[in-house]
Amino acid sequence: MSMKSDSPLLDRNLVQDTLSEAMSNGGEWAEIFVEDRQSASADFDEARVEAMASSRDLGAGIRVTVGDITGFAHTSDLTTNGLFEAAQAAAAVAKGGSQVKPIVLDGNGLAESSARILPESVSKTRKVELLEQTNDAARAENAAISQVNVRYSEGRRRILVANTDGLFNADDQTRTLLSVNCVATGDQGLQTGRETVGYTVGFELFEEHDVEAMARRAAARAVTKLAARPAPSGQLPVVIERGGGGVLFHEACGHGLEADLVNKGASVFRDRVGELVAAPSVTLVDDGTMGIEWGTVAIDDEGCPTQRNVLIEDGILTDYMWDHLRSRSAGRPASGNGRRQSYQHLPMVRMTNTFVTNGEAEPQDIITDTKNGVYVAQLGGGQVNTATGDFVFGMTEAYLIENGEITVPLREGNLIGNGPEVLQNIEVIGNDFAMGSPGTCGKDGQGVPVGDGQPTLRVAALTIGGTAS
Amino acid sequence: MSDTVELPDLANELVSLAHENEQIEVCVSRNRSTTVKAYSGEVESIRSGKSEAVGIRVIVDGQQGFATAGSLDRRVLSQVVEEARGNLQFAESDPHQGVASPDGVDSPDLDLVDPAVLHMSEEQKSSLAIELERRCLSADPRVSSVRTAAWSDGWGEFALASTTGISIYSEGGSCSVGVQPLAVEGNETQIGYAGDAARRPDSLDIDRVVTEAVEGATGMLGATKPISERLTVVLEPGVAAAFLGTIAGALTGDRVIKGRSPFAERLGEQVGASMLTLFDDPTNIDSLGADNHDGEGLAARKNMIIEKGVLAQFLHNSYTGRRVGVSSTGSAVRGPRSTPSVGVHALCLDPGTGDRDALFEKVVNGIFVRGVNGLHSGVNPVSGDFSVGAYGHKIRDGALAEPFSEATIASTLQRMLLDVVAIGGDFEFLPGGSGMASIAIEDVALSGM
Repeated sequence: MSMKSDSPLLDRNLVQDTLSEAMSNGGEWAEIFVEDRQSASADFDEARVEAMASSRDLGAGIRVTVGDITGFAHTSDLTTNGLFEAAQAAAAVAKGGSQVKPIVLDGNGLAESSARILPESVSKTRKVELLEQTNDAARAENAAISQVNVRYSEGRRRILVANTDGLFNADDQTRTLLSVNCVATGDQGLQTGRETVGYTVGFELFEEHDVEAMARRAAARAVTKLAARPAPSGQLPVVIERGGGGVLFHEACGHGLEADLVNKGASVFRDRVGELVAAPSVTLVDDGTMGIEWGTVAIDDEGCPTQRNVLIEDGILTDYMWDHLRSRSAGRPASGNGRRQSYQHLPMVRMTNTFVTNGEAEPQDIITDTKNGVYVAQLGGGQVNTATGDFVFGMTEAYLIENGEITVPLREGNLIGNGPEVLQNIEVIGNDFAMGSPGTCGKDGQGVPVGDGQPTLRVAALTIGGTAS
Repeated sequence: MSDTVELPDLANELVSLAHENEQIEVCVSRNRSTTVKAYSGEVESIRSGKSEAVGIRVIVDGQQGFATAGSLDRRVLSQVVEEARGNLQFAESDPHQGVASPDGVDSPDLDLVDPAVLHMSEEQKSSLAIELERRCLSADPRVSSVRTAAWSDGWGEFALASTTGISIYSEGGSCSVGVQPLAVEGNETQIGYAGDAARRPDSLDIDRVVTEAVEGATGMLGATKPISERLTVVLEPGVAAAFLGTIAGALTGDRVIKGRSPFAERLGEQVGASMLTLFDDPTNIDSLGADNHDGEGLAARKNMIIEKGVLAQFLHNSYTGRRVGVSSTGSAVRGPRSTPSVGVHALCLDPGTGDRDALFEKVVNGIFVRGVNGLHSGVNPVSGDFSVGAYGHKIRDGALAEPFSEATIASTLQRMLLDVVAIGGDFEFLPGGSGMASIAIEDVALSGM
C-alpha cells in the first residue's frame, strides 16, 4: 500500500472514472478526497519508555452535491470496486438523469513535503534519546517534581483532492510534536505544568528547539503553582502574555466568523461586516500560509490554496471565513478554510492560524499600568457558544497583579466573557507579537490542528472563575 | 475486500502468528454508519461509510509494542504485526506488562443485538430528521431556525483474541438524534441542544428531545450575568455525569499508580457525603454502555467505586491490577486503535427520592446548572481544581427563577464530593451510557458580576 512520491496518491484515470461514477445519477458537482495518514508516537512515563505505537490510515471520501443537498460516502477500499461503491452511495442524493460531461483534470496531483527531515527516516533510538533528555531535564529542575510524562508524536498526512471543476491538487503535510507534563508534589497536594512544541515540519524541529529548556519551563510551572492561591471570583482586568492567549480570539470571535455558522444565524457576528466590532486597535487575521505554524497547510481539504485572510481590520469586521459550499452559495471565492478531520468526514469552515497583529505598547508598561488584575502567562483550551458569544478559556499559569506588579501565582480555573464585549474591551495591545502553542480545534466532533497568537494585551474586564472572594 | 471474513477467525489467525515467548493480542472491528442532517425542510446532507480497524499488541519479556491501521486488508495486517514487533524493542521492560489472562469470571451474557436499526430505509431516516426540525420550529414561535437536526445510526462488529486463550466477539448497533434550535427575541439569540440514543429506533424519545431542546433555547432568553456569591448548585443529570465522570477518572489505577490522583492514598476513607454511592455497572442492559466484556476481553462486571461516601476501590485493567497486586476489575476501556486504558463503561449514581421540583424545594438560594463549558480547560483532575463556565436558572426560595449566563462555578473535586447535600430521584440513563440524577452541592463559588 505504499505510494511513490512521484506519482499521485491515486491514479489520475481512476480519479476521473470515480468522479464520473459519482455524477452518473444526475449530481451537479462531485469531489474525491484521498488521504494517506501515517503516524507514530512514543510515551515516556515513570522514567521509562512505556510504549511506542504506529498507525496507518488510507481511504477516500466522495462528495456529490445537487442544489443545497450533499451526499457523502467514505471507504478504506481504494480499488475500483470500493471507490465506485462509495461514489454510488454518495450519488444517491441525486434522483435522476445521467448527463455526464467529460471531466478534465487540471494539475499534476503532486505535492512537496513540508518536512526537510522526514521523521520516519529517523531512528527510533534517536527518538528515545530525545524523550530521555526531556525527562531528565524536567526531573533535574526541582526535587518537588514527582512525575514526568513526555510524549513525542509525528504524523505525515498526504492528501489528494479532485473535483468535477477539474481541480487535481495534493498536499504532503508533516507535523512533529513534543510535549512534557510534570507533576509537582507539595504540602497542599499536587500541581501540574505543561509545555508543548510542535510545528508543521519534520524532525528538523529539534535542531531549532531546545527540549531541555522546554522541560525546565514545564517543571518550573508546576513547582510555582505549589504555592498558588485560589484565583479570585468575579470581574477584573486581565493582562495576557504574548503567545499565551491567541485562543481567546479563536473563541471570542474566530468561530463566530465561520460562514457556515453565520449563514445559519448561529453567530453574533451575522450581518455585521463593515461595522466596528472591536476596539480600533484590533486587527485579526487567519492565515493558513504562515510559515511552519501548526495550522499551516498549502491547500485546504477541498484543494483550495490557503491564504492570508484579514477578518477584522482596525476594529472593523472585514470578512468571514469560507469553504466551497458556503462561498458557492454566496457567489464569492472560497478563502482556503474548508477543512476536515479525515477522509471519513465532510469538510466545513475551519480556522488555520488565527492571530491578532502587533500594537504599539511596551509589554512592561501594560503590566505597570494595571493597578489590580490578573496576569495570564499560559492559557489552556477554550469553548464558545457562537449564538450568544459567551466563551470560556482556561488559565494554566496565572498571577495576581497588585499595584502594577506581578505577585502571587494562582490556581487553575476558567475565565468567561462575551466575545463582542471583550473585543470592544481590549484596552491596549503590545508590540511583542508571538505565536502560541499548537492546538487542536474541535467543532461538531471533528478535530483539526490550528495555531494562534497575539502580543501582550489587556482586557478591561473578564470574569475570573476562581473561589476567592 | 474483507466483508466475508469472520472477525474472530481473523483475530485468531493473527494470534497464531505469535513466536515462541511472544504474547499477542489482536483487536479487529468493522463498522458502518449513516448520518442524515436536515435543514429548511429538506435533507441537507447524507453521510455514510464503512470503516475497518485493527490494533495489535505484541509483548516480549515485558516490552510492549503497539500498531494499528484502518484496514483489514491482509497485506496491511501483516505489516501491522511487524510494526508492533518493531515498536516493542524500544519500550523498557516492565515485569507487569502483559495481555489479560482469563480470570474465571462469567460474562453477564447480555443479548445486545437488536437488528431493528438495520431495517430502516434512508427515506425513513431522512423524514425523521426533517420531522425533528419541523417539530422544533412549530413548538414555539420564538424558534427562528434550527442549526442542525440530525439522525445517526451505526452497526459494528468487534473481535478480540490473545495468546492467553481469550477470544471474544460482539456485534450491535445504535441510533441517535440530535437537534439545535435557535430562539430569537429582539436582538438576542439563544441556542438549545438535546439528543437521545438507543439500540432501537422506536426507543428514541423524540417528544422529549423536542421539548428539551426548545426549552433549552427559549428558557435562556433574557439571561443575565449573575452576582458573584457562594451558593448551592444543582447539577442536572448530564452535568452531574460530567462531574462524576471526572471523579471516576481520578479513581482509576493508572492515575493512582503514577501519582496523578488526589485520591491516591484514600482507599477506605470517607471522601464524599454519606448519601453518595457511585458504581460502574456495564451488566445493566438499560445502559447504552452495557457490554459483555471489557477492552481486554474479560467479563464485564459491576464495581462499587464510592459506597455511602467511602472510597471503595480503584478501577483496574490487568496491567494496573498487577502493578498493585490485585485482579483486574474488568475496567479496561479501548477501541482497536489504542492500547487498553482504565475507565468506566456505565457510571451510575444511586438516586435519591422525589422529583426535580422536590430537590429545588430544598434550596433556599442557589442555581440550577443546565450546561457547562470548558471542562477540558478548567478542570484539573490531578490537582482537583474545578472551574467551568455555567448557564441555567437561579433557584430562589425553593423554586426555579430567572435564567443566568456568562458565569462560572468553581470549587475542588475533593470538596464537591463532601459538599453533596441532596440527590434527586430524577434518575435517567443518558445517551452516553451513564445512569445519573440531579445532585445538589453546597458552598460552590459562582462568579459573575
